[in-house]
Amino acid sequence: MALMGANGVGKTTLLRILACLTSPSSGSARIGGWDIERDAQRVRRLVGFVAHQPYLYDELTAEENLLFFGKMYAVKDARERTGQLLLRVGLEKRAGERVSVLSRGQVQRLSLARALLHAPRLLLLDEPDTGLDEEGHELVEQVLAEHSVGGGAVLFTTHQLERALQLADHLVMLSKGRIVVQEKTAGLELERMRQEYQEVLR
Amino acid sequence: MMFLEQVIAILWKDIRYELRSKQMWMGMGLFALLVLVVFNFAFDLRVDNKAAVAPGALWVAFVFASMLGLGRTIAAEREKGSMDRLLLCPVDRKAIYLAKLLGNMLFIGVVEIVALPIFAVLFNVPLFFGTLLPIVLLGTLGIAAVGTLFSAMAAATRARELLLPILVFPLIVPVVIAAVRATGTLLVPVANEPPWLGLIVAFDVIFLSASMLTFEYVVEE
Repeated sequence: MALMGANGVGKTTLLRILACLTSPSSGSARIGGWDIERDAQRVRRLVGFVAHQPYLYDELTAEENLLFFGKMYAVKDARERTGQLLLRVGLEKRAGERVSVLSRGQVQRLSLARALLHAPRLLLLDEPDTGLDEEGHELVEQVLAEHSVGGGAVLFTTHQLERALQLADHLVMLSKGRIVVQEKTAGLELERMRQEYQEVLR
Repeated sequence: MMFLEQVIAILWKDIRYELRSKQMWMGMGLFALLVLVVFNFAFDLRVDNKAAVAPGALWVAFVFASMLGLGRTIAAEREKGSMDRLLLCPVDRKAIYLAKLLGNMLFIGVVEIVALPIFAVLFNVPLFFGTLLPIVLLGTLGIAAVGTLFSAMAAATRARELLLPILVFPLIVPVVIAAVRATGTLLVPVANEPPWLGLIVAFDVIFLSASMLTFEYVVEE
């Protein structure tokens, strides 16, 4: 599912609420049947979150970061899983380098690997293409596709309508913290949606 | 078991992080030494007043140095993405608190180990490590227990360097007084002294329990 809307409309806040990082001021949500407030620890096990901040430690290497988060998520065979994911995001040759020396795009790839480490059922991606090159965009597409095929759900934010229609099954647009458009992407006309998006941005 | 593994993982990460950045050790150590040297010159250390001055100087040095270090483990966590990195994970918040507390105790402890022999030389007092060790250990635990909780609270504010001592100093006064008196009793034994060490233990238990229980509410949004 793609989430769109103007800056400051509440996209990131919604993702943070679903990742149990921010408490909702009202309302409720369930992930995998668990309430995000009452069963926050169970929900955290089900969610992988890629935010604007990479949520990595600069002074640790790429491999050390993944191993550390592996312990936090109690991942079995964390070392093996770390190796697989570093290979998956194309960072196997930079495994021993500190995050502080990696480029913005490489940090974003590592952040994606961190979010996938515990095989979450729901992947929350806040503008995942930020800082990525063409190859990185393809990587995001592949990861999203693999995750969906594996039975997982993905909720991502983007400002690019074409990207939303290309990657998502459902499109949601927010305005002033409320859903104003909710459509299946199959068969949607780009031009009509562009006009609707312009309306939403006003 | 999982709780303990996570505590060790966070503690190990903090130690590795600090060994690489080396920001805290150097600052704390130098600061403690400077305080001891300044006090050594500032007071007239005759034999009769040495026992009254030396324990106070030692604990002021420890407390001031602790203030520098206490904010670091949480502040390092707050850098680039706040504490969300840890809060995102399904980790018991008590495990985070305990790891940060142990980290703070370790960092303060290293400074104390370096400062103690220098204190003994500068103030020309005998150092009974065997009996001094429990006082230093329990006193440090009291300071670190309160300091870890309030550094998490202060880290979210802009004026954290200013706020942390203002919040922590009043609360650790009982521990510091008890630690100073217990250390003084070691230098010059006095009859009918209150059980200072017992008082420190009581404060530690209260501070540790209250901090463990409230840490979750301090760090969660």
